Amino acid sequence: MKPVEIAKGIYSVGAIDWNIRDFHGYSTERGSSYNSYLIVDEKTVLIDAVKKGFEDQLIGHVSQIIDPQKIDIMISNHTEMDHSGGLPRIMHAIGEQKPLFCSKMGVKNLSAHFTQQWNYHGVENGETLNIGSRTLTFLETRMLHWPDSMFTYCKEDQILFSSDAFGQHYAGLETFDDVVGHTIMAHAKKYFANILMLYASKVLKLVEQVQAANLQIKTICPDHGVIWRKDPGKIIDAYVKWSRQIPEKKAIVVYDTMWRSTEKMADAIADGIFQEGVPARPIHIRSSHRSEIMTEVLDAAAIVVGSPTLNNCMFPTVSDVLTYMKGLKPQNKIGAAFGSYGWSGESVKLVQAELEAMKFQIIEPAVRIQYVPNDEGLASCIAFGRQIGQAVNRKMMNDE
Amino acid sequence: MDKYVCNICGYVYDPEAGDPDNGVKPGTAFANLPDDWVCPVCGAEKVDFSKED
Repeated sequence: MKPVEIAKGIYSVGAIDWNIRDFHGYSTERGSSYNSYLIVDEKTVLIDAVKKGFEDQLIGHVSQIIDPQKIDIMISNHTEMDHSGGLPRIMHAIGEQKPLFCSKMGVKNLSAHFTQQWNYHGVENGETLNIGSRTLTFLETRMLHWPDSMFTYCKEDQILFSSDAFGQHYAGLETFDDVVGHTIMAHAKKYFANILMLYASKVLKLVEQVQAANLQIKTICPDHGVIWRKDPGKIIDAYVKWSRQIPEKKAIVVYDTMWRSTEKMADAIADGIFQEGVPARPIHIRSSHRSEIMTEVLDAAAIVVGSPTLNNCMFPTVSDVLTYMKGLKPQNKIGAAFGSYGWSGESVKLVQAELEAMKFQIIEPAVRIQYVPNDEGLASCIAFGRQIGQAVNRKMMNDE
Repeated sequence: MDKYVCNICGYVYDPEAGDPDNGVKPGTAFANLPDDWVCPVCGAEKVDFSKED
């Protein structure tokens, strides 16, 4: 890959990770990239390092444009190791005493990751840095998605270097949104659902601030995936929509099963929901990654969760998904629990308690069936599904 | 005195400890924090805190 010029003197010089499939528990079926940006001006600036092990790609790309030692300033928008792991080698290549700009939290957090005594410069929110013909502005974006996160904005080129925000785990040579086409939105949605959903209120506040400040944005350069150059407004609008968490008319029935009894119940409940005109699909947990499930959760109106009882507990994979879901704080959902059991049957109560803890509107009574559902049992699942479907329809009318 | 949890990042404000790094003395109740006080971890405002259960 060659470095790509985004605007006169501004280059994308990061690394592509074609083969990563598990990004700290997030399934990355199309790999990812660790983006890095070089601005050549009177002072030359490098924005964000790459993950450890990918430094050769970054240094190779920079070297095609400029001798790395000519870089005057390193900027770290985000401390997480997929953007800082390469710092030791990069700082060594550009010169250990070169200033390293980051947020005040960034100084704290980078110091907790690396023992090197770098020449840190902790910036204030709104602080500017003149590099010749351009002025960079640093915008604190705490908890989007770490305490240290910040954006760097270049006024002259109207480029926002947005750290992890607006990113997508997508490895490709295409570089830009318009080259990949609309399919990139699915990757951006998955990224939002799994990384940013819990900070939705922060996203909305930030968009308000950016609009109030009348910041002109022609291009958004995130730290993963493609650059938004054709229509940055499209991804900003999508973030606002996802952050508001206004559900679509849609239900998902997430379950695991031991001897297919909970599966039969899941299928019947989905049928019942669909009979009320609400799109519904059963999702077997061990056939779908938890990060895929969260993408479905993002815009679903109802989350129905089924678990068999195993040794007086809910099934461990169901617990995994519920723990992950709870942390991402989905809002404004209908919830319902069900499951098959042998003799004690605690799982349904335990699942429902988790859904209650997430403040879902619970549809009761939950359905519990001993051993294998017979015709009567399946009819009760269909009826439960219809009850859920009706609740979704009412919700859609009320939310409008 | 009640502890308060940041809804955004989970930081717990403990009135007994205060927030000395940001000029809040130990023994300051949450209600008596200045209006412009923000979460020392994530910068959330006071309205983004809930009383700890």
